[in-house]
Amino acid sequence: MAAGKTHDYHILNPSPWPIAMSFASLVLAAGGIGWMHETAWGMPVFFLGLIAVTAMFFFWWSSVVHEANTGDHTPVVQLHHRYGMILFIASEVMFFVAWFWAYFNAALYPKLHEGIDGVWPPKGIEVLDPFVFPLMNTLILLLSGTTVTWAHHALIHGDRKGLKQGLWLTIGLGIIFSCIQAYEYHHASFGIAGDIYGASFYMATGFHGFHVIVGTIFLAVCLARVYKGDFTPRQHFGFEAAAWYWHFVDVVWLFLFISIYVWGSKFGAAVVHNAFG
Amino acid sequence: MATPSAYAGTADHAHDHHDDHKLGFVQRWLFSTNHKDIGTLYLIFAIIAGTIGGAISGIMRLELAQPGIQYLTFFTQGNLDASYHLWNVFITAHGLIMVFFTVMPAMIGGFGNWFVPIMIGAPDMAFPRMNNVSFWLLVPSFALLCGSMFVEGPAGFNGAGTGWTVYPPLSTSGHPGPAVDMAILSLHIAGASSILGAINFITTILNMRAPGMTLHKMPLFVWSVLVTAFLLLLSLPVLAGAITMLLTDRNFGTHFFTADGGGDPVLYQHLFWFFGHPEVYILILPGFGMVSQIISTFSKKPVFGYLGMAYAMVAIGFIGFLVWAHHMFTAGLDVNTKMYFTAATMIIAVPTGIKIFSWIATMWGGSLSFPTPMLWAIGFIFMFTVGGVTGVILANAGVDTYFHDTYYVVAHFHYVLSLGAVFAIFAGFYYWFGKMTGKPYNEFLGKLHFWVFFVGVNVMFFPMHFLGQDGMPRRIPDYPAQFAQYNQIASYGYAIMAVGMLIFFVNLAVSMLGKRRVEGNYWGEGATTLEWTLSSPPPFHQFETLPVIK
Repeated sequence: MAAGKTHDYHILNPSPWPIAMSFASLVLAAGGIGWMHETAWGMPVFFLGLIAVTAMFFFWWSSVVHEANTGDHTPVVQLHHRYGMILFIASEVMFFVAWFWAYFNAALYPKLHEGIDGVWPPKGIEVLDPFVFPLMNTLILLLSGTTVTWAHHALIHGDRKGLKQGLWLTIGLGIIFSCIQAYEYHHASFGIAGDIYGASFYMATGFHGFHVIVGTIFLAVCLARVYKGDFTPRQHFGFEAAAWYWHFVDVVWLFLFISIYVWGSKFGAAVVHNAFG
Repeated sequence: MATPSAYAGTADHAHDHHDDHKLGFVQRWLFSTNHKDIGTLYLIFAIIAGTIGGAISGIMRLELAQPGIQYLTFFTQGNLDASYHLWNVFITAHGLIMVFFTVMPAMIGGFGNWFVPIMIGAPDMAFPRMNNVSFWLLVPSFALLCGSMFVEGPAGFNGAGTGWTVYPPLSTSGHPGPAVDMAILSLHIAGASSILGAINFITTILNMRAPGMTLHKMPLFVWSVLVTAFLLLLSLPVLAGAITMLLTDRNFGTHFFTADGGGDPVLYQHLFWFFGHPEVYILILPGFGMVSQIISTFSKKPVFGYLGMAYAMVAIGFIGFLVWAHHMFTAGLDVNTKMYFTAATMIIAVPTGIKIFSWIATMWGGSLSFPTPMLWAIGFIFMFTVGGVTGVILANAGVDTYFHDTYYVVAHFHYVLSLGAVFAIFAGFYYWFGKMTGKPYNEFLGKLHFWVFFVGVNVMFFPMHFLGQDGMPRRIPDYPAQFAQYNQIASYGYAIMAVGMLIFFVNLAVSMLGKRRVEGNYWGEGATTLEWTLSSPPPFHQFETLPVIK
């Protein structure tokens, strides 16, 4: 279409994926509600919706990859993608603001909250030692930030082998991080239910963990595309977007580590509250 | 802003390409990647949702016309408790429908999609496919919200009766049934739709302006959508977080908002209003933009103080993030917090005043004409000023302690939204109707619509100030007899407004069925933005050669 155009913008053909994605999300939401209210159909419908949404993501982004490989992504369209990704990450930052807000609302003013005995961490909560697994996870994520940069530099310099090595390492570190988180969740002495500590801890770190998994999948897709021969030293925004996302996830973790694991343990908040009452 | 003669290379391609004719119905309307078609879908959706939301308010005004419960029992087989809950379901649905499914889709989705790309000289939006998902996500979202009215909320009753703010504990322990979960997921999906739309608009405006179209030459409507999109992008994720906490409190045993275990119901109010206050500016800012275009067109003058107008909107958007707790003056905030939020809120009157006075200064000394869109635009300025002034009064924490949750607040926000935002939508609709359809609207019916509607909404909402000053609480279906007279007048006002809407639909039908056509620039020399350089309706893909702005 639009054969007469003299500009570099990408005029798209009609696409079935957006409307299909919308109704897949309806199935997902309906199944989730049914499942939460313990109906027999809830769980299967939820997973049906999840499969449908995942399939739509796959088909939609396959179209994008195809268009990238057939020259539709002119420099100005690539710049669109950069704007889009930065704005998306900005909205993600605001999503985490809500979870940090919930955390600090209780952690900064424990005396205003009945039910946690006026101290943070609340009495009876045995918090995780920040300098064992959380510190290790911090180092793992920071290291993964360097390996993804290694991969990026290899890509820019045409070193496909280095690109693959860097990406494999990054993905591996991401998976190790997720495993350690799962291990620590499994062995924590407090649960998500019943008090604000568990709620804010698990929801904030849990949504971060979800983002780590999404970022790992994003990088894995990039790796698959590398093996397929995609990406050139000049044009590889899909890779850069994954790397940006990965760094964003990394930075969120640093804030979680400092605020919840270190400050929110015996080392920070409790000392402050004891000293200044 | 430049005049059409300053645009070089703006060829009218209406008769060169007929791409739209190649597309079947499904391809064109369900799989669309065309900003104008998606804008049309948004407008149709907004009209349907607005009719449903308006019908609900009709039932509400009917019930409130006199003390006692007369009509709600019709839906509940005479059960009074069920009637009271049904009332709460109605006010909740009315609020959510009007905010998320009428005003936002009409202004940002409808007019924003139609005219932002054209006004900056772009052939389409930056992400045309994502544009379509933004629209289609509204359909499941609306289905979930409407569906929630028919499933269990509180034990034994149907529907979410939480108010549009969905405060806990009413929305958690007060509504164990799935209705509130449906409402929450409806908001999640609508939020996703709006965030994707916001990303699309910001990218389009920052990256697709035609050569020479600098930020400081952009039409004010484009500025307004840019600011609105930033508010959406940064506020909606916080709402998403808040309602996710509601969801886990309801279903997974977390204690974010439950006092025992250290949770805090006021935390929800902070999170909600951190979104909610920018949200009310999201509803009105595109209206500011449209009114600026229209006032300028029918004054045959550029907008007075163009840069001041643009940066006033930026200032309103920025300060809008810093005033949220003025919705919570009775929630137990300490006095210093209330002092700050009172002062910050009143500061917003400054950039808003800049806008009001600049619109008046635009008209001052202009070559004025008063076709239908100009009437709506001037009506907007009048109504929005009334609502804005009561807003300054309500900004005072001391005064608000008295007015909080009374009809005074209802009068205030209906003056800025139901009269402000809706007047702006009608102004834009009549202004661009010919541009979008290629057909003229009926001028007599348009003006009749305006006057009947204007009288109706004022008769409806003005007495609510008095009701609020007398202490009538909002969100009640029954009231003491002393409030009867003003309530009766308000209900007559609804009937008048409804006649106005009938005239609108007659006008819509008459105009759509008409055979007459309008030219590219049917407003003449006052209409200087790029859409007036194109045919009416514009070609399926405009600007195949980009215009150059000098």
